[in-house]
Parts: sequence; C-alpha cells; structure tokens
Amino acid sequence: MNVQQRIEARLGQLSPRFLQVENESHLHHVPPDSETHFKVTLVSEAFEGLMPVKRHQRIYGLLDEELAGPVHALALHLYTPREWERRHGEIPASPNCRGGGRIA
Amino acid sequence: MSATLDTIKQQISENPILLYMKGSPQLPQCGFSAQAVQALMGCGERFAFVNILENPDIRAELPKYANWPTFPQLWVGGELVGGCDIIVEMYQNGELQPLIKQAAATNATEEGDA
Repeated sequence: MNVQQRIEARLGQLSPRFLQVENESHLHHVPPDSETHFKVTLVSEAFEGLMPVKRHQRIYGLLDEELAGPVHALALHLYTPREWERRHGEIPASPNCRGGGRIA
Repeated sequence: MSATLDTIKQQISENPILLYMKGSPQLPQCGFSAQAVQALMGCGERFAFVNILENPDIRAELPKYANWPTFPQLWVGGELVGGCDIIVEMYQNGELQPLIKQAAATNATEEGDA
C-alpha cells in the first residue's frame, strides 16, 4: 500500500460522506513520484460541533505515523455535511511552493 | 523541562499575536506560510513571528507541545488558532480580523495599565 492509500484507509475511520486525497508533491521541490505533500478534503458528521483546530487535530491523531514519517505537508479542508452543502462542493486551492524546507 | 520548551512558552505568553512560519513575512519560504502572512497582514495589526527554518530546536519541539505537526502555526492570546487552511478560511469568513483586533486591543489595554 502506498502512502496515499494508507491515508485513505485511516481516514475511512471517520465514515466520510466525501473523501478526496490528492498527492500534490509534484508541485514542490521533491523528486518525481514523491509522496510528501498531500491535500485532504473530508466531509464527516464527526466534525459536528468541533472547532477547526480540534478537527485538524483529530486528523493528525489518525495520521501520526504518516506525519512522523514520509508526509511533509498536509493541507486539510474539513467540513460537516451541512457546511459542505453550503459550499456546493467547492474545494479551496493549495498555494504555490516557495522553495523552503527542501527535501534532498 | 527543556530550555526550548521554556522559550516556546515564553514566546506564546508574551506575544498576543504570534506566527511560527517558514521564512519571514517579507520573504516567506513556503506557500502555506505566505498565505498565512497575507491573511494576517490583511487584519491590519502588528504581529510577532518566529522563523522556524532558523530555529531548528523550536521546529522540532513545538509540534509536540502544540499537538500540531506542521507550519505555519498562528497563536493568539496564548491559544493555537491553527495553520494555513484555518487562517485563510477564517479570514475569508470574516472571523479572523475581529479575533486579531481583539487580541491587539487587549494587549494595548494591558500595556496601558502597567
């Protein structure tokens, strides 16, 4: 299982209504086919009543092994089903790389 | 307790608006830090920053203390507000500016009393 599949499998624990894991490593200064920079969009009832910080920490808890290892950046867009409906499924874009924190 | 952890706690308690980031506000070295700076600058208040690329000890210790693995990290009034995604979303929702304004105003009052 590659890193992306591991992330998807672990986040399945939140019974997502919608889950999209994108490998954005190619946008950064890393070797081809790297699995270092990811973007996760996840819609789950588990976020109901949780402040943004707590939602993110919930994800960090599930992905602690990946974050301690290969994953260097993780953009998170976490919504409740109601918030997701209000957004009409629009996912924010990630910023461009600025060259800091290069991985050899 | 490690000296680094003492430093971190001091920074967080002494700076009402504090951004841990890669690079400086003038020259961010990461797109996520750049976005966070842009949103914070849009709030129109002075803020402190720590360049974690120049402080590898803080870069190593803060994620454990904060239960937050990545940078940037915005701390307001001694509390972790979040990273780039949260900062930008709060800015777009109009939630960031009142929080920042309030932190700056509270700090000004405290300094006035001292």
